Amino acid sequence: MDHPIQQHDEQGKVFFEPASDATLVVRLSGSWCLRSDMPPASLFNEQLKAVSPRRVAFDSTGLTNWDSALISFLTQSSELCRARGIEQDRSALQDGLRHLVELAAAVPEKKGARSDAKRPSFLTRVGDASIAYGISASDFLSFVGELAVAASKYIRGKARYRRIDLLEAIQQCGAEAVGIVSLIAFLIGVILAFMGAVQLSQFGASIYVADLVGIGMVRDMGAMMTAVIMSGRTGAAYAAKLGTMKVTQEIDALITMGISPLEFLVLPRVLALILMMPLLCLFADLIGILGGMFVGVTMLDLAPGSYMRETISTLTLTNLFGGLLKAATYGTLIALAGCLRGFQCGNSSSAVGDATTQAVVMSIVMVVVACGLFAVAFNILGI
Amino acid sequence: MPTNGVQQTSAAEAAITVRNMTMAYGSFVLMRDLNFVVRRGDIFIIMGGSGCGKSTVLRHLIGLKEPAAGEIFYGDINFTRAESQERERLLRRFGVLYQSGALWSSMTLAENVGLPLGEFTDLKPSQIREIAALKLALVGLKGFEDFYPNQISGGMQKRAGIARAMALDPYILFFDEPSAGLDPISSRLLDNLILEMRNSLGTTIVVVTHELASIFTIGNNSVFLDAESRTQIATGDPKELLAHSKDPRVITFLTRGEEGGEPAHNHD
Repeated sequence: MDHPIQQHDEQGKVFFEPASDATLVVRLSGSWCLRSDMPPASLFNEQLKAVSPRRVAFDSTGLTNWDSALISFLTQSSELCRARGIEQDRSALQDGLRHLVELAAAVPEKKGARSDAKRPSFLTRVGDASIAYGISASDFLSFVGELAVAASKYIRGKARYRRIDLLEAIQQCGAEAVGIVSLIAFLIGVILAFMGAVQLSQFGASIYVADLVGIGMVRDMGAMMTAVIMSGRTGAAYAAKLGTMKVTQEIDALITMGISPLEFLVLPRVLALILMMPLLCLFADLIGILGGMFVGVTMLDLAPGSYMRETISTLTLTNLFGGLLKAATYGTLIALAGCLRGFQCGNSSSAVGDATTQAVVMSIVMVVVACGLFAVAFNILGI
Repeated sequence: MPTNGVQQTSAAEAAITVRNMTMAYGSFVLMRDLNFVVRRGDIFIIMGGSGCGKSTVLRHLIGLKEPAAGEIFYGDINFTRAESQERERLLRRFGVLYQSGALWSSMTLAENVGLPLGEFTDLKPSQIREIAALKLALVGLKGFEDFYPNQISGGMQKRAGIARAMALDPYILFFDEPSAGLDPISSRLLDNLILEMRNSLGTTIVVVTHELASIFTIGNNSVFLDAESRTQIATGDPKELLAHSKDPRVITFLTRGEEGGEPAHNHD
């Protein structure tokens, strides 16, 4: 297709001239390029219907410029001719053009290659979705089971993993997360204090802001907010890392080496998060209380000392350990979701993105559900 | 050439025996009735057109996928029915080079090669490092011990992958498309390396490839898979197949379509 680039060509046109012995001559002229407006192949179809010729001759002598636009028109036209059993004469087409049209028709369409565009019915889709949920639930359970086996090996000291991987994971989900966790925890403490202050100061009971913030942070909000941050930070990182390792066959390489990827990759990550979550949560509790105190001291004119005394007198060890237990549980759930989704990742880069999204969504949902269950259980147990 | 080598080869010299294997993804059957024997010291080629399931056969041989039917034997051990401990023991005698190299990206080359040594032997870290350096030197990567996989070229990653596959001195090495993405010279050097390993170590080597040059240079036994009929259509030495095969599909493939009729357009 070597033709000069001409900007202001005459637009592509097609003329139909019925000739003798039932022949329809298709005369192409002007510039047939993808950029300009072109006559659609349906024009040709209408002509065929109107004239119903036995033979069609294509003529490209008036053509100045062409590209795929013209080939598309000609291919569709010859399909129409073939469907109607009309003889075609391409001898008056330029050589290159004729070759390309013949090349496009050289391999017949494979049956079944075009996918059925039919959309399944609503009920089918609901059914498929529920089956998929069932399968993913059983996948999750078998993953937990396999991990339990790996964990028992770890306890017996038989698991194969590199200590350096565990330390690295601890650094990534522990020390490196402190900054963001403290920022969020401080703001949560401030927000809790504000919410309480509006109501409590009406009764002159603004000192009880300390109780509200203290209990709120230590029992629930500390663990909860740390979990949300960690699922976005670490859960997503786990899923992306393991998913990429799946795509690059690094996980296959471990399996064929006889090394269980569950022991080697998942175990250190889960352990790291279980160990670090309570520590981060403890830190978040403290920073959250400081956030509340900041509001108490600057807005409510409370003395720092009395704020601290009030906080200490209201908090119990049970509150604290309850919160830390929650944090460890959330950590387990986040690590499980991240690693499971990473393992289930497909074989493309977009699958890694999907796995990461699903890991974050799954872990946040599980954390909130677990939080609800804890609330009910603690209520029944009277904690 | 016999199209079914099972009867002709005694168990003593058979490294791998595949019997009546069917491979399937769910209900979609990819290949059925696969029967072939890889003899000790063979360089065995799994060949066929793109998308016919060559790599899938390899994934079955190394236990990443289970056959839908049929069995795989290593020597006289039934790999398909083996208990997990037996399987793990067998796996440790394989080395696999993956299509993309699949080096562990968070570890240096020396750590990559040294990991299996550290996990499965009682060597001291300093000894492991020495052996890793030796393996890397054997594939021409002396001095690259502390490089990370993303710091070296694709051809070097492949060679490092071979070094890792050879870490435990395996009896059988599997190569998945070793020359994919390599220039002609690099892929020639890789072929030489494969021949060298067979000749000096006596390793049995299974290669998935469709590179004709490699097939004829290194292969002395093969199985030919056909996507259309979904089974194997020939086994034997590729050079013999080229000289004596009556099957036009095999001849077409082995001559790049210059003999044996027009190449059929393949949609897969």
